[in-house]
Amino acid sequence: MKSKQTQNLGFALLYLAMGITLIALGAILVFIIVNGIQVINWDFLTQPPRKAMTQGGIAPALVGTFYLTLSAIIFALPLGLACALYLVEYSPRGAVVSLIRMSINNLAGVPSVVFGLFGLTVFVKYCGFGVSILSGGLTLGIMILPGIISAAQEALMAVPQSLREASLALGASQWQTIRKIVIPTALPGILTGVILSVGRAAGETAPIMFTAATFYTRGFPESIFDEVMALPYHIYALMTEGTFPTRQTAIAYGCALILVILVLVISAAAIIIRQRQRNYEFVG
Amino acid sequence: MSVVTMRKARREQISRSIFTGLAFSSLLFLLGIIVILFKEGLPVFQQVSFFRFVTGAFWYPIQEPPEFGILPLLLGTAWVTFGAMLVCIPIGIGTALYLHEIAGPRQRALLKPLIEILAGIPSIVYGFFGMVIVAPFLQQLLNIPTGLCALTASLILGIMAVPTVGSLAEDALRFVPRSYREASYALGADRWQTMVRVVLPAAGSGISTAIILGMSRIVGETMTVLMVAGGAAVIPKGFLQPVRPMTSTIAAEMGEAVMNSPHYYALFAIGLLLFLITLIINLVAEMIGRRYRLHLGAGR
Repeated sequence: MKSKQTQNLGFALLYLAMGITLIALGAILVFIIVNGIQVINWDFLTQPPRKAMTQGGIAPALVGTFYLTLSAIIFALPLGLACALYLVEYSPRGAVVSLIRMSINNLAGVPSVVFGLFGLTVFVKYCGFGVSILSGGLTLGIMILPGIISAAQEALMAVPQSLREASLALGASQWQTIRKIVIPTALPGILTGVILSVGRAAGETAPIMFTAATFYTRGFPESIFDEVMALPYHIYALMTEGTFPTRQTAIAYGCALILVILVLVISAAAIIIRQRQRNYEFVG
Repeated sequence: MSVVTMRKARREQISRSIFTGLAFSSLLFLLGIIVILFKEGLPVFQQVSFFRFVTGAFWYPIQEPPEFGILPLLLGTAWVTFGAMLVCIPIGIGTALYLHEIAGPRQRALLKPLIEILAGIPSIVYGFFGMVIVAPFLQQLLNIPTGLCALTASLILGIMAVPTVGSLAEDALRFVPRSYREASYALGADRWQTMVRVVLPAAGSGISTAIILGMSRIVGETMTVLMVAGGAAVIPKGFLQPVRPMTSTIAAEMGEAVMNSPHYYALFAIGLLLFLITLIINLVAEMIGRRYRLHLGAGR
């Protein structure tokens, strides 16, 4: 009977572990949603901050985060897709592949603040872009590149070999096959990767701290060489600068809620795309 | 050869060489990061020897004369990482085992996206949550002068790493061949015995990879520790003291450091060390992972 007791105790511990995970998630979501929802309204989303960031909205931070994320994707998507296509479709020789794989894996493990240092030196200093949307977007783009490559790679590898063979048998070149058969088929998977990367790029703070973000701008950015406010950095600014902590905390709750909503929307989108693809596969 | 075929072949060549070129971008960026960190970090060693830099107990970068000893920062990272591992290893592996052994398909379909959400929450939100909820709570509970300390940072970083450790460990569990489990049941072992003595050891190297990658994430995490670890650059003596890990030092001071000053170089040198530490961690994980695949491949 002793082993039965051990088993019960052991399983109880597993329930506990799962429970703690869910409680942690629940606590974060509940506290941020309940407190954040009180400050979010139309003005909060469309007005600039006023009175030393104690009143008004967060519109410039929203716009800044949008531009930064957009430029990161514009930079990383073509690059990442090309890299994945090379690795999957052109299947080059072993040593080259493993070298590229190794660099992708290790790039994925680089701490985000180190990307910030790289962006500061290369884009802000050497290229002379200054602290700007361009510098921050490129830095974020390099950071999300490994994620996009692996997502695209997985999606490409899921495309059945028979589709490629059928296309090649009809006389299409490899490039035509990739463009007209492989990419359209792999699109949902690639899209999931892009969506997840959007979430990561929009929420990251450390890489844009020295390359793009600023505590306060008067209005909206006018060119890609302007420095911008950004949502995650705005939370940091509200919590560490300024003189009215209580009022600033309320606004920070609002910003945190928007980031949380973004994460929830992104997760939902990823699930829906995955589900659809599964259905498609069943039909096929 | 007709014009059309020639054009086709030409396009083929062009697209191929474009892809080949772009495929090396990751390698280029990785090398770029290494070169930049060395180039901007090494000049600090004209001011202070590498040994004094790593073992020096005082970090007074803007004092005259400055002191560049990063031992307090290294130890800050070590304490916080150690504490976070104590949180994320049992909870992460427990979560993975729950998903694998207890949850049915429907429960799993619900729980896995929830864990993905936990993974998707940006670190600034974790930091903010730690600052406004966890730190005041622990301050009252433990009656300590400030809730912004190594303990709070460890707890939050540990929870942040749970999805990383949990999902990778679950993958490892799934790779264990069914026959192992069935053989164990056939010998009369119950579910718990099978799990602890057969499935866990068989997934062992995959689970160690999961733990190591979780550690890499914790060591490199910046915003959370910047907000909740307290930020005192002194050698930590306990979990209830404020600490200043390497990442938060870079993030907090880079904005104020004068470009190309010794302080600026010192921050890059910290970044270099941080990069090398995570690089080694990741390489170890990759080596174990490779060995593990071979091992299981032979088993099938």
